[in-house]
Amino acid sequence: MPVREMAKVVSNSPVKPGYYLMELDAPKVTEEAKPGQFVHIRVGRTMDPLLRRPISLYDIDKEKGILSLLYVVVGRGTRMLSEIEAGADLDIMGPLGNGFWLPDRATRCLVVGGGIGVAPLLPLIGMLDQAGLEQKILYGFRNANAVVGIDVVQEKGWPLAIATDDGSVGHRGFVTDLVKQAITDFKPDYYYVCGPEVMIRNVVWLMKEANIPGQVSLEARMGCGVGACLACTCKTRKRTGGQQSVIGGQLSVAGHEQNFDYSLVCTHGPVFGAGEVIFDD
Amino acid sequence: MTRPNLAVNLGGLQMKNPVTTASGCFGFGPEYAPYIDLNRLGAIVVKGTTLEPRLGNPGVRIVETPAGILNSIGLQNPGVDHFISKALPYLKEYDTPVVVNIAGNTLEDYAELAKRLTAADGVAALEVNISCPNVKKGGMVFGTDCFMAAEVIRTVKQHTTLPVIAKLSPNVTNIVEIAQGVAEAGADALALINTLLGMAIDIHTRKPVLGNTMGGLSGPAIRPVAVRIIWQVAQAVNLPILGMGGIMSGEDAIEFILAGATAVAVGTANFVNPRATMDVLEGIEQYMEKYGVKDINELVGAAWK
Ligand SMILES: Cc1cc2nc3c(=O)[nH]c(=O)nc-3n(C[C@H](O)[C@H](O)[C@H](O)COP(=O)(O)OP(=O)(O)OC[C@H]3O[C@@H](n4cnc5c(N)ncnc54)[C@H](O)[C@@H]3O)c2cc1C
Ligand SMILES: Cc1cc2nc3c(=O)[nH]c(=O)nc-3n(C[C@H](O)[C@H](O)[C@H](O)COP(=O)(O)O)c2cc1C
Ligand code: FES
Repeated sequence: MPVREMAKVVSNSPVKPGYYLMELDAPKVTEEAKPGQFVHIRVGRTMDPLLRRPISLYDIDKEKGILSLLYVVVGRGTRMLSEIEAGADLDIMGPLGNGFWLPDRATRCLVVGGGIGVAPLLPLIGMLDQAGLEQKILYGFRNANAVVGIDVVQEKGWPLAIATDDGSVGHRGFVTDLVKQAITDFKPDYYYVCGPEVMIRNVVWLMKEANIPGQVSLEARMGCGVGACLACTCKTRKRTGGQQSVIGGQLSVAGHEQNFDYSLVCTHGPVFGAGEVIFDD
Repeated sequence: MTRPNLAVNLGGLQMKNPVTTASGCFGFGPEYAPYIDLNRLGAIVVKGTTLEPRLGNPGVRIVETPAGILNSIGLQNPGVDHFISKALPYLKEYDTPVVVNIAGNTLEDYAELAKRLTAADGVAALEVNISCPNVKKGGMVFGTDCFMAAEVIRTVKQHTTLPVIAKLSPNVTNIVEIAQGVAEAGADALALINTLLGMAIDIHTRKPVLGNTMGGLSGPAIRPVAVRIIWQVAQAVNLPILGMGGIMSGEDAIEFILAGATAVAVGTANFVNPRATMDVLEGIEQYMEKYGVKDINELVGAAWK
């Protein structure tokens, strides 16, 4: 069950210009947290900005009760978050959403991340490792300055390849080039992807061509984060087999004429089966 | 000192305290059950329900504005039958009256909704939404036309024995006229206010941010407008008022009650603070204690009475 907790900020420092790592002492949220879930953060105490900000769990230390967040400053809310100092209290709700799940049968997983979208993948990679699945990690970034979230992956010696648009690190070009290559070399039978929507869409398309199932982690503008406001929708294939329950935010509209549903990123997701999501061109 | 009385009667709807949830801001109840005890609410007003399931509007559906939000959800909901079979049994487990917010495209829709919800066991009142700015047919069109607004309420009254709360739109020149119209048509109470029509443009893409171009503004940004409307309507129309619009705290709620509201609904505040309804309730209690108010009803309209 998600809770609201006043977490203590243990540290909050830049890992690169514009990118921050925040550690939170949040024993209650941490206890139940799973890879792929997120917290909804009240970044200030005034009425403007009003809404909370969703940030994924980058590291989950169950023993110490510490959560880490990796985030990039894009606007007012994340700027305010970056200015919070160690020792401060932070109002968080979580763990929210459905996280990643282990595949039923697969043995070789491709993990694909783009930009700050690599953040929720770290706990996933740990989970896959523990489950004894073979994996290959492919990350794409704009350039060397935007490369984040790779330290732990490298420390642990997990197989990682990087692409940058300008070639300043690793392969020059898009991460999808690496994906294409991995489909033939590594022969994955499952995949996970998180990043900018265009990247997700292209990866899903490539994997679909190769007939490989997987999961995607999506973003949407959120109001409540708990399934109450119905703001954070994404298009998904119409659910068959009767109507969904509305209990617990699992609301889905059945019986309408269109061939899709609006699912909620906050409670049905943020992780969806890749085949469920409909991407608009 | 004996405990002060918090119980209110909203046009036949008995509430143990004046704090309820604003439709569309609290889902169907279970969404906020991890954060608060639903038994402590004066009533629960659920998401707007239509006869047929509705998919709602395309994204983007929400934009943050100064001290507020604009939304264009478009009444996404699973339809009344689904609500009755799936959501209502859950809500009935609580000792809190359930108010269903209804919206239709036609008078027949409203009649049928009223019939089915009255027949269902566990609905305490109907809040009739004639004020949603985010749907093409029906919605605000009913609420901005005095004759139509009254027709909708008359129709609902004919098909229910439950208290009928008319939820009005602030997007009109003279809201007092509309309030008088629905009062004559038999409304038992008024809900004021629904969202204010607004819009936001992304200066980088040079396009409206919301998928539906325009949306409804809510949150603290609209509070002064809501207080003004309640002040005006409460003095002109002899019906109890459910006040809402940017209530974040007990102090805000007291302001609405002093303006003339009998009960208050907490909307957008839930998104910011999942305990907002409880904070509002406790804030009201503290205010009453501080000023030695023995009965909350003494405060209703006290600013002008
Ligand atoms: C489930 C989920 C997990 C996320 N995890 C991370 C993460 O681990 N690290 C990270 O850096 N970012 C993450 N994001 C994106 C992050 O929430 C946004 O960058 C942030 O909300 C921007 O807020 P702002 O005030 O700085 O930007 P502004 O542009 O000033 O915000 C204005 C409004 O737009 C919304 N908004 C802007 N960009 C986004 C976006 N990309 N997604 C959703 N809403 C947005 C804001 O929440 C706010 O309501 C995640 C988003 C979601 C939905
Ligand atoms: C996301 C959202 C969805 C809403 N959906 C409905 C609805 O279905 N029916 C309705 O009558 N009002 C709806 N409203 C309006 C609220 O019930 C309320 O009248 C308004 O938001 C003002 O109160 P607030 O400022 O406290 O949120 C919605 C408001 C929001 C923010
Ligand atoms: S953010 Fe409110 S339903 Fe997802």
